[in-house]
Amino acid sequence: MEETEGGSGVELLDKLTILADAAKYDAACTSSGLDRSARPGGLGSTMAAGCCHTFSADGRCVTLLKVLMTNHCAYDCAYCVNRRSNDLPRAAFTPRELAELTIAFYRRNYIEGLFLSSAVWGGPDRTTEGMIETLRLLREGYGFAGYIHAKAIPGADPLLTRRLGLLADRLSVNIELPSEESLNRLCPDKGKGAILAPMAQIRDGIRESRGELAQYRHAPRFAPAGQSTQMVIGATPESDRHILTLAQALYDKYQLKRVFYSAYVPVSDSALLPARAEFKPPLLREHRLYQADWLLRFYHFRAEELLDDGAPNFDPRVDPKCSWALRHLDFFPVEVNRADYEELLRVPGIGVRSARRILTARRVGPLTFSGLKTLGVVLKRAQYFLTCSGKMLEGLRVNPDGVLRHLVALERPALAGHEPEQLSLFN
Amino acid sequence: MGWTQVSYLYDGSFAGFLTCVFDSYAHREEPMSFSTPEDGRLTLWPERRIGTDQAKARRVYQSLDKKLGAEGKRLAVQGFLTCLEEKELHLWRFLRLGYQLGPGFTRGLADERVAAVWKAVGHLTGEAHLLKGFTRFSEVDGVLVGEIEPKNRVLPLLRPHFCARYPGEDFVLHDRTHREVLLHRPGKWAIAPAEDFRPGAPGEAERQYRRLWRRFYDTIAIAERYNPRCRMTQMPKRYWGTMTEFQTEEPEERKELAP
Repeated sequence: MEETEGGSGVELLDKLTILADAAKYDAACTSSGLDRSARPGGLGSTMAAGCCHTFSADGRCVTLLKVLMTNHCAYDCAYCVNRRSNDLPRAAFTPRELAELTIAFYRRNYIEGLFLSSAVWGGPDRTTEGMIETLRLLREGYGFAGYIHAKAIPGADPLLTRRLGLLADRLSVNIELPSEESLNRLCPDKGKGAILAPMAQIRDGIRESRGELAQYRHAPRFAPAGQSTQMVIGATPESDRHILTLAQALYDKYQLKRVFYSAYVPVSDSALLPARAEFKPPLLREHRLYQADWLLRFYHFRAEELLDDGAPNFDPRVDPKCSWALRHLDFFPVEVNRADYEELLRVPGIGVRSARRILTARRVGPLTFSGLKTLGVVLKRAQYFLTCSGKMLEGLRVNPDGVLRHLVALERPALAGHEPEQLSLFN
Repeated sequence: MGWTQVSYLYDGSFAGFLTCVFDSYAHREEPMSFSTPEDGRLTLWPERRIGTDQAKARRVYQSLDKKLGAEGKRLAVQGFLTCLEEKELHLWRFLRLGYQLGPGFTRGLADERVAAVWKAVGHLTGEAHLLKGFTRFSEVDGVLVGEIEPKNRVLPLLRPHFCARYPGEDFVLHDRTHREVLLHRPGKWAIAPAEDFRPGAPGEAERQYRRLWRRFYDTIAIAERYNPRCRMTQMPKRYWGTMTEFQTEEPEERKELAP
C-alpha cells in the first residue's frame, strides 16, 4: 500500500483519482428533493427536480462530486473494492482540501454539490467526525447552500449521525445486499441490525424535524431531502421478487426517497462470489428492477402484483408493466375518455406525463387517436390497450400472442448489447 | 374569416411582434407570413411594414393575462424565445384562438394551434433545464465566463437560476447562437446583444481545475458498464462542444473557447 500526502497540484490529482475511483460503484447520484436558494453572501442553490451536470461514458448521470473521504478500510467485505485485504493505492482527503475542491468545481458549474462517503478507518465515530468537519467547513466557512449527500456510517454514535444530518440534505445507509443471510456471508463485520438502526434513526429524525418546522420556521432541518439506500444485485442468489418486496418494505417502513440497485461488477476472486472470468454485470436485470421500482413509486403498483411465486423473476424481453398487462388482458381495453388517472397509468406506453395530458385535454372535448398523437402520447405500445369513444384504433388486429410478439419486437433494439448472456440468467 | 391576407415586415423584437398583433386586429388583417429586414424574403401577399409602437405593444401585452390566462401568457411569451419555424405565425394563430376561447384554451392540447406552441415551449424549457447542468464556467481575472450554443433563446430562462446560484459572483454567460450575453454583478443583471465576444486566457489555477475535472469525469465511469449510446441519448453531442470534460487542452491555448 502506498500513501498519498500533501495538497499540491499533482498529488491532489492522484488523490482525486484514487478516491473517485473508490466511490464510483455507488449507484446513487441524484440531487433531487429540495428547493433552496443561496443566502445573502452565500453560494449555491438546489432544485427539487435535481440536475444532471454531465453523463459519464457508462451513461450514468453525474450530478455530485462523488468521492470517499478515505479508502483506508478496517472492514473486509468480500464484494467491496475497498476491502482491507485488497491491494490497491490508498489515500485520504483533508476536510479543507475537499471543501476547497468542492467550491472550485461548484463555481464552475461542474457539479450540483458533494456526495461524501467514506471507508471506515479508525472506527465509525472517527470516520463520521472527519465527514462532519468537511461539511461544517462547507456550510459555515464557505456559506455553501448547494446539495450535499452524505453516507451515514453504520455503528457511529447516533449523536454524530444527527450532526451529519443537520449539515447534509440527504443521508443514506447502504443496505448492501438483499438478504441477511448474504450479508452475514459476505460482510462478516456488518450486521443487519447495524444497518437498520441508523436507517430508523434517520427516518425518525426527518419526521421530528418536519414536525418542528411546522411550528417554528427556523427550526434546524434534518436531512430535508430525505434518505436513500442501495443494494448490490447479482452477487447473491435472491430473486427479483425478493428484492422488490424488500424495496417496497423499505419505502413503506422507512419512508425512503429512493432505493438504488447496483449490478454487481466483479471486483474480487472470493469463492463466495460469482467467478470473475465469465461474469457480466446483470445490467438488464438492474434495468428491469428500476422499471419496477418506478411502478411502485409513481404508478400505484404493488410488488405482489408484479411478481409471484410462479414467476419470481422479470421477463427480460418486455418491461414489467407490459408483462403485467399481458397477464391481465381482462383489465383492458381502457377507455381514454372515461378512465381515471390510476387506470390510465396501467396502460403500457402511458406514463405520468401522458396520463396528465389526457386528463387535461379531454376536459375540452372527446379525444380521438389522432388527438392523442397531437398531444404527444406515443401509441406504439398503448394502441393495443386503448379505446377512444369505444373504438379500437382502426385496422388494428389484436390477439394476445401477436401483441406479445409485437411488444417484444419493439423492445429488441433497446436490448442490443445486453444479449445473450443476460437472457440466460432468467432461464 | 374574411380578413385581408397580408405579409408583415417587422423588426424581429417581441414588442414589434405585439405591435403586429395589434395592427392585425385594428385593420382586420390575417398575416400569412412574417419577415424581418435580415430575411429579405419575397412574399406572395401584399407586404406591410409594421413600425414597433411601445404603446400598442403594451396594450397587447396587458391583455394576455386577462384574455389568455397565466398559462396562455407563459406559452405566448416563451413561445417567442423558441426556435420554432415561422414562430410568429404559430403564435399569431395561438393568440387568435386564445382571444376567441379565453383562458383554459391551453387545455385543448389536441388542437394543432395549441400543440405546436406547447411543443416548441417544451423544447425550450427542456433545453434550458439541460443547460442548467451542462453550462461550464471558467474563472478569468475573478470573473466567471461561460459559453453555450443553444437552439432556443434560453438566457431569459437561465437568468433566475444562475443569479440565485451565484448571488455573490460576477459572471458572464455568452449565447453564441443568438449573440447575446447575460451579465451579472451582485444585485444587478442584464441581457444584452454581444457582436464580438472574446473571453480572456485562463490562468494556471483555472487550467489545473479543468485537469482535475477531466480526471474526475474519466475516473467515475465504470468500464464494465460502458454504454456510449445511453450517454448520447441523455446528453446529445451538440452540447459537448462547450463542455470542459470533452476538450483537450494544449498548454497555452484553449480550444473550447475558440469561435
